[in-house]
Amino acid sequence: MLEPAQLPQRLAQLGARYPESDPEMVADVVRAVLSSMRGDLSANDTALLSEVEELAQTLAAARAEIAALQADDINDSHIPSATDELDAIVAHTAVATNIILECCEKLDELGPTLTGAAGQVVQDVTTRVYEACSFQDITGQRITKVVATLKAIESKVAHIIAVFSRDQMGGALPPAASECVGPDINDPASLMNGPQLPAAAMGQSDIDALLASFD
Amino acid sequence: MAVDKNMNVLIVDDYKTMLRIIRNLLKQIDFNNVEEAADGGEALAKLKAGNFGLVISDWNMVPMSGLELLQEVRQDARLKTLPFIMITAESKTENVVAAKQAGVSNYIVKPFNAETLREKIEKVLAHA
Repeated sequence: MLEPAQLPQRLAQLGARYPESDPEMVADVVRAVLSSMRGDLSANDTALLSEVEELAQTLAAARAEIAALQADDINDSHIPSATDELDAIVAHTAVATNIILECCEKLDELGPTLTGAAGQVVQDVTTRVYEACSFQDITGQRITKVVATLKAIESKVAHIIAVFSRDQMGGALPPAASECVGPDINDPASLMNGPQLPAAAMGQSDIDALLASFD
Repeated sequence: MAVDKNMNVLIVDDYKTMLRIIRNLLKQIDFNNVEEAADGGEALAKLKAGNFGLVISDWNMVPMSGLELLQEVRQDARLKTLPFIMITAESKTENVVAAKQAGVSNYIVKPFNAETLREKIEKVLAHA
């Protein structure tokens, strides 16, 4: 039989034996320890053990709820569907932009044949349209960033699913999804972040001032 | 100093629509001798084989980015003084600093307008 003073040692032994123990196992261990103990437990010991058991039950319930969420659907269906939709947006806007550009180029060709101020008006208008059409590049890059974010979520979800189904994986934990790191000015790849949100982006005048500060 | 608008200009972007836009904007300011490249590697080959007076390049391209192209250009004995304008959506301070350290002639952030493009071209060619 176990004396109260031996409790920490016994728990440590059990912990070492089951390093990746699941919550149900923890609850079983606590119950086994309680039933095998001889002598009076202090009120603190009892409260502590009860809390450990309760925590284990909460974890077991959370695990069951996550399993019931059918999180596999997120990776198998929802995220691929969302990325396909975003790819379709890029493709559709690219087609539309090229049609607009084609029309604009035809107007540009007409410009020199027009008399008076009309030619200049046509050129001014087509210039504005060319400028505006660069939205296609910016939105394409923003959507690429969203797709990358979705893929990161997909990876995190896969990790969570794997953690909660590790019994089926022989107890092995999958590697954690990689963490974001800051840009490294010596690493060209880390400097390719795409467009910033307007509130965080430097404007042309900020960039001009920064470049001038080097002169 | 008058700008020679008959010079060959190389524009580099992996987005065909963007190449088309820049080409049209250059045409409107009378730069008609424009060639295109879809990434840094293709651009470098064209620059080494041809005779260009100006490069206008995007940054975010694979396999060779605009920054890597710029670094290659600045290490080439014949091309090292070639005017090089970066046009990119990369607008963080570290990007501008990295481009400047690599020897960029000027830097335009997307979205840009025709007037900014004209002004930067005239500025870099005046100092070439």
